[in-house]
Amino acid sequence: MDTHIQVKDLNVYYGKQQALKDVNIEVPKKQITVIMGPSGCGKTTLLKSLNRFLELTDGTRITGEVLVDGQNIYDREVDVTEVRKIVGLLAQRPAPLPMSIYDNVAYGMHIHKMRNDRKEYKAAVRHYLEIAGLWEEVQKRLHDPASSLSIGQQQRLCLARGLAVEPEIILGDEPTSALDPISSQNIEARLLDLKQQYTTVIVTQTLRQAKRLADHVIYMYMGEVIESGPAKEVFTNPKHERTRQYLEGLF
Amino acid sequence: MNDTHPVPPEINEKIEGRSPRPSIAPRARQDQRARRVFFIITLLPVFLILAVTIALLVRAWPILQAYPLGDLLFGQVWKPSDKLFGFGPFILGTLWVTVVGVLLSVPPCLLASIYLAEYAHSATRSFTKPVLDLLAAIPPVVYGVWGLLAIVPFVEKVLAPFAKRWLGSVSIFSVNQPTGFSILSGGIVLAVMIAPLIISVVYEIFATVPNDLRHASLAVGATQWQTIRNIVLPQVTPGIIAAIVLGASRAFGETIAVLIVVGNVPQIPTSIFDSAYPLPALIANNYGDMMSIPLYDSALLGAALVLLVIILIFNILSTLVLQRMLRRKWA
Repeated sequence: MDTHIQVKDLNVYYGKQQALKDVNIEVPKKQITVIMGPSGCGKTTLLKSLNRFLELTDGTRITGEVLVDGQNIYDREVDVTEVRKIVGLLAQRPAPLPMSIYDNVAYGMHIHKMRNDRKEYKAAVRHYLEIAGLWEEVQKRLHDPASSLSIGQQQRLCLARGLAVEPEIILGDEPTSALDPISSQNIEARLLDLKQQYTTVIVTQTLRQAKRLADHVIYMYMGEVIESGPAKEVFTNPKHERTRQYLEGLF
Repeated sequence: MNDTHPVPPEINEKIEGRSPRPSIAPRARQDQRARRVFFIITLLPVFLILAVTIALLVRAWPILQAYPLGDLLFGQVWKPSDKLFGFGPFILGTLWVTVVGVLLSVPPCLLASIYLAEYAHSATRSFTKPVLDLLAAIPPVVYGVWGLLAIVPFVEKVLAPFAKRWLGSVSIFSVNQPTGFSILSGGIVLAVMIAPLIISVVYEIFATVPNDLRHASLAVGATQWQTIRNIVLPQVTPGIIAAIVLGASRAFGETIAVLIVVGNVPQIPTSIFDSAYPLPALIANNYGDMMSIPLYDSALLGAALVLLVIILIFNILSTLVLQRMLRRKWA
């Protein structure tokens, strides 16, 4: 297994409350890793430790290391904007920026000045809208406000926006929980397509989704990682009693 | 207001035989009566504004009849004993002091509210907000005395000589009256007085922008400042303008603090080091004196009317914008 992200002795505290306890995991490259567990177990906290979103909340204390390609992203030398460029995030609720569809996709590329002229930006916007499976639907209305899209389309737009800054890792924080079943399927299909090129880490509440997507599974309970391993092994033959109970739907 | 209450079935049964129209249970009637009373009490301030405006209009009527409105508003000479009632110097004086105050106040206030809303740790915020409220609670006369003891000498001994030396060629900085009692002194005092208001309103406006938007921008690797400039600021610009207008209307009507430091010379100012005589100061200084001069009383109340109308317009416009922004819903 080719490890892309390695989390070492990660502890996270919100004020006095400990949200993550001694987390040690490895995330394989170009596969889909799914983080599961009951609500409040620290799934999202773990996910947001990977793009340094935890520090956006006052009073958060983090110890330990998160290594991406061997580089600790919490190192003082590391520029947080570089981390977030490499590690993209698909949020729980789609958050289109208050601008046009086109500008949403171009936003990150402009921030990082990734292209040279309008033509290159246009081509890139088209490219990422195609990857996100949205181009067909929006090509005639690129300059409409992004808020005019349906919520499922908005989430694919957010995917395109995230991919446009050329990340290596995609994080998904229950990215389909706000969507209808068809839109959810659509997003899941995208994620499966994309795993050839991107390391993907998804938090999900739904076991069925986890089974459909996961190559690798992390099961968490009360801020601790109980079990992690290849999906086949964890789903068919969990080593841990708690994991087995969860998979059987006992809680 | 005239919504009827559903009549409880048991009561309805009792009265059904008597009246073709279901009457209202005593309890509901009591409710309705109380509601009307409170509604009228709530409307009282609205009537008050109307009453004040009408009263001023009535009292100012003689002068409005005696002179065309244009002559009053733009007339440049104020000599009641010679029947010259030009509000021009006072209106201009008010405008100068207000504009200088707002110009001095807005840049630091904007930076302070951006810092408080976007960067500051929540502990800093919970310490700073009450202090700002405290600043807003200082009585204007105290600001006036502070202006007299600190700002006027500072303008006289430091800023005016500095301007004379370095900025003499620019007419709005030319020092014609080196006393320190000046538009600049009034503006500085006003700038400090309106700062808490502007900061707290702008801060509230920033808080209406949902964090999801900030996070969406940060997630693609934008810096915090890029996020503020590209995402947050475009959303809050109308609110910032409304906050500034609200601050301006507060400055416009401020009387005592300005009156103490501004010199009160009825002239058309041309420099921030000139003395001026703002409208509120005119009214406060003179109402009740020399009332034997014909039309004098009416002229002063006419000035009050002008002041009231300008402030009402400022306030209504900014309140409308702010309410819309604070209530706005996000998709």
